[in-house]
Amino acid sequence: MSFWSQTMEIARVDMSLERRTGDVPQIVVPFAVIALLVFPLALGVDLSGISRIGPAVFWALGVLFGMQVALRQSASDSPERRDLYALLGVDPAAKFAGRTMSGAALTLGFFAALLVAMLVLYSPRLPQGWLAPTLLSAMLVAIGLTELGTLAGEVTAGLRSRTSLASLIVAPLAIPLIIGGSQTLESVAREATILPWILLLLATDLALAVAGVGLARPLEEASR
Amino acid sequence: MAALATLDRTGVTLGNSRVLSDITLSVEPGEVVGVVGANGSGKTTLLRLIASLIAPDRGSGTVLGARLGTSEVFNVRQRIGLISHIPATIPELTLEENLLHAIRLAGYETTKVADALRVVGLEGSSDRKASDSSFGMKRRTEVARLLITKPSILLLDEAISGLDSDAHKLVDALIDRTVGSGGAVIVVSHDPLQMDKASTVFGLAVGALTEMT
Repeated sequence: MSFWSQTMEIARVDMSLERRTGDVPQIVVPFAVIALLVFPLALGVDLSGISRIGPAVFWALGVLFGMQVALRQSASDSPERRDLYALLGVDPAAKFAGRTMSGAALTLGFFAALLVAMLVLYSPRLPQGWLAPTLLSAMLVAIGLTELGTLAGEVTAGLRSRTSLASLIVAPLAIPLIIGGSQTLESVAREATILPWILLLLATDLALAVAGVGLARPLEEASR
Repeated sequence: MAALATLDRTGVTLGNSRVLSDITLSVEPGEVVGVVGANGSGKTTLLRLIASLIAPDRGSGTVLGARLGTSEVFNVRQRIGLISHIPATIPELTLEENLLHAIRLAGYETTKVADALRVVGLEGSSDRKASDSSFGMKRRTEVARLLITKPSILLLDEAISGLDSDAHKLVDALIDRTVGSGGAVIVVSHDPLQMDKASTVFGLAVGALTEMT
């Protein structure tokens, strides 16, 4: 089976599993919305300040909770399933690519739900023409975050402390993504070019893709 | 004819524990080799070593001509069939979906799936989720997969334990078919009574093999 056929099969089954378990819409999204509600209370800001911090809170919570979406798929692999994939001749790079595809779609869906919740709860003052750059940056952040999550999942596969360790790996490495995502909207507000931030996101995604594909086989072999 | 699997004074250490030491074994085409050992004796590790899923840290070995612990094994893994003591099914998928997923990933025709499910007696229950299925049903799904992929070397880890007599016969038929087509089978179990198909039986204790028959 070709690389792309394996990639599509892995992505298809991951999406099918998500449809059945419903973890993202039923657990991650409500929890993130609650966090959106709690954030202003914790900061103690007045109502007028809420509209100002809305986009920043969106990106902070988006990356933190998006990380959980990105990590949950690779965490579901049992050792027996990993062995089976190896003996079926699944290319670990195809598995990485498939996981990234399905994870990025889920993360993007999560971002969309969180964005709507943020618009409703914070009523932010957004500059004209904010939607397209925000969607573009959200898509690039979703891809990068999922690549990072999948890679961290592979690095920590087979370790007892994998859940907490994978989050620890992802959080600092997601900094370029959170900066790129938040600064894109900031640039629109300042009527400045968004290009540097889009390039930062693209470069991060590309570097993670190269690392993910290149390290997939050695990480897979080392995890047993 | 060349041996399908060889181990030459091979050892495996997992963590700080030496699980296998100085294992020497040769499995010829058409042969069924049995390995009997108590829990923790290294049976599963031995099968995973031959399946190329773990590398030896001592000695050498080959499977289907590929040297264990090298990248050569990536080209032969698809010809190795493993039934481990825990079925490798995805709980949220139905038995049929599990089989289809494996068959698609391996690049085989999915048209054979219905036939394989019928042969293993799952035609009426293949739409049941793996999480709602019995151990025996999941095992039958694995047998169906191996009927389609036709491995050259079949590795069975406690494959018959907990199965009813019909499922037991299916595993026996899978062994016969593999051996009949020039392949080889290695059966490991804690139970010597499960070695009825084996032409050679070894005992495995404290990580070392001794021939019993």
